[in-house]
Amino acid sequence: MRGLRHRIRPEQVRESVIVLLTVVVAFLFSTQIDNYFSARFFNRVSTSVAIIAVVAVGQTLVFLTRNYDLSVGSIVGFTAYFVGQTLTHNNEIAPLVAVLLAIGLGAMMGAFNGVLVAYGRVPAVIVTLGTLALYRTILVEYSDAQTVLTALLPEWILDLPRANIVSFGDVDIRLMVGVALVVVILFQLVLKYLPYGRRLYAIGSNPDAAEIAGFPSQRIVFLAFVLCGALSGLAGFMFLARFGNITVVAGLGLELSSIAAVVVGGVSNQGGAGTATGALLGAILIDLIDNSLIRWPEISEFWRDALLGLLILLAVAADAVIMNRLRNLWTRSELQMEAEADVSIAQEQGSHV
Amino acid sequence: MSSEGFLLRIWRRFKSWEGLLLVVLVVIIATNAERSPAYLSIGNQINLFQLSIEKIIVALIMAFLIINAEIDLSVASMMGLSACLLAWMYERGVPVPVGLLLGLLVGVLGGLFNGFWIAIVGLPSLVVTLATLIMYRGLARVLLEDRSIGHFPEWFDALGQQSLVGPLPLAMIVFFLLLALAIVILQYSAFGRYVFVIGNSSDVARYSGVKVRRVKMILFTAAGAIAAIAGLLFAARLGAVRGDLANGFELDVITMVLLGGVSIFGGSGSLFGVFLSILIVLNLRNGMSLANITGHVQTGVIGVLLILSVLVPNLANQVRDTLNRRRQAGRPQEADA
Repeated sequence: MRGLRHRIRPEQVRESVIVLLTVVVAFLFSTQIDNYFSARFFNRVSTSVAIIAVVAVGQTLVFLTRNYDLSVGSIVGFTAYFVGQTLTHNNEIAPLVAVLLAIGLGAMMGAFNGVLVAYGRVPAVIVTLGTLALYRTILVEYSDAQTVLTALLPEWILDLPRANIVSFGDVDIRLMVGVALVVVILFQLVLKYLPYGRRLYAIGSNPDAAEIAGFPSQRIVFLAFVLCGALSGLAGFMFLARFGNITVVAGLGLELSSIAAVVVGGVSNQGGAGTATGALLGAILIDLIDNSLIRWPEISEFWRDALLGLLILLAVAADAVIMNRLRNLWTRSELQMEAEADVSIAQEQGSHV
Repeated sequence: MSSEGFLLRIWRRFKSWEGLLLVVLVVIIATNAERSPAYLSIGNQINLFQLSIEKIIVALIMAFLIINAEIDLSVASMMGLSACLLAWMYERGVPVPVGLLLGLLVGVLGGLFNGFWIAIVGLPSLVVTLATLIMYRGLARVLLEDRSIGHFPEWFDALGQQSLVGPLPLAMIVFFLLLALAIVILQYSAFGRYVFVIGNSSDVARYSGVKVRRVKMILFTAAGAIAAIAGLLFAARLGAVRGDLANGFELDVITMVLLGGVSIFGGSGSLFGVFLSILIVLNLRNGMSLANITGHVQTGVIGVLLILSVLVPNLANQVRDTLNRRRQAGRPQEADA
């Protein structure tokens, strides 16, 4: 029992529960929807999860420092549109340049958020609620009510969403899914092993202690916003590749799904807990429900938002009530074992006297 | 009190945030009046209130919440939900007065629901109300899907569009009544003091015997109810309801409150400041409309204003702290010399 407790952390219990829940949800839908487990459905869900997951990883970084980024949807929309427009006018731009442009643009918008939050000491809700509106406004003005059209985009970007890494029969692992997996794994490693990653947890767990310990808190928070913006920029590029036609409402509401993904995935912005893997799992669960509801004929697809909100609430409540109790149990059992050891030592000494 | 003290007090007042707001307001009004002669007419002034009346009604209760160091992001969704419920009921042949009552009821229930998770379970209000922002909007969409419902009885439309007492329409009367009530409660009652105390430190308030949970519960329930009333008034003014009614209004509402000098960290703020900032936002929007600036740009400007309203006092504080520190650091050296 003791060995088991040492090997399994509360986060792992949390993540196993989400995986289990995802399996249960998939099973429930498969009893209601004909031909549910099809290769086409897998391909569609995995591609759309890929975009949300990339944004969710960025959101995770910001969340860990007890902040929020509500502007990610606008950043995704803006980069998708801007890069699309640039490619329309200059068809010969190299793919890598286009991707870097998207990431750089996103990073810049993230940096603007980051400066205001970290150095201006304005709460993240205020800053990103403001830039949510501001970035979208810039997009609307810049676009002049024009749409980026699939027909005018270069060939390679239109082939991108259908590009596969490997196929098992009809089930494809698409290139975009591969990109998302690389992002998740990369940032999981950063969070786990790099000093920067550990510092994000330190700031989230106790901002004052992190400050006293001499961490450059402002720079760490700033960088989290820059990275979140950069990842949103990457997601914007993926969005462009997936949809081709980009209007001014592109990416609207992604801030809500990304926050839903990280919250459901167990990333907490109260106690510096959570992982990039958790964010991915959360994104999968949410998007599975989303896409399944669209296919479920009995129920109106408009239920999706109502359910999404409820899911976020339940996830947060479960975290607050159950996970905190579990964590307490963990620490208490360790303290108890120490106390028991002390008592037995004392008894031994007593019997000697 | 000597007249000198009085002048000093006025000077202090002007140096404060409210003083700054007053100056900004005067500048905006002067600019607008110069641009358009019709601007200062009573008709335009009432029209300017009327165009955003629902937002400023909600801003009053939002001020209470933010002073209490909480926030409610779900108010705009609740406005949509109550209006959609009314329209949905009306579509099914339920008379409008019954629909209005049910709309108000759903507001109270939604507020209680928020309050339960925040005050009883103890979750952060930002996350809870972000979730219910999605949820209530989702429910509103479930009710009306992508339809638009209108053709309400004439008396209902008239309530929203025509003046009731003198030149004042119903929504404005509701606003000024609520403003008076809010001032009395927040600034002259025990409950108001509790709101400030909890905003300063929830722990201190609890140890002093303030029933923190009850105060928060009351505030969130009131927020739900007032948002519902605002949604119903909005439905009457528009004469038609869609699922996206009042979408995104939380941005304006929170901007008005924070621009009014209410601290986002809770514990300080005044309704006088909020009222001034309401006037500023209204006149600014009206002025931008007069100058043919589109609604999207206006939203962007409001976004910038929101950030500035917190950034500017923060920077001012930082500068003041630095100056104080320098002054203090300078003193011992003087003593040595």
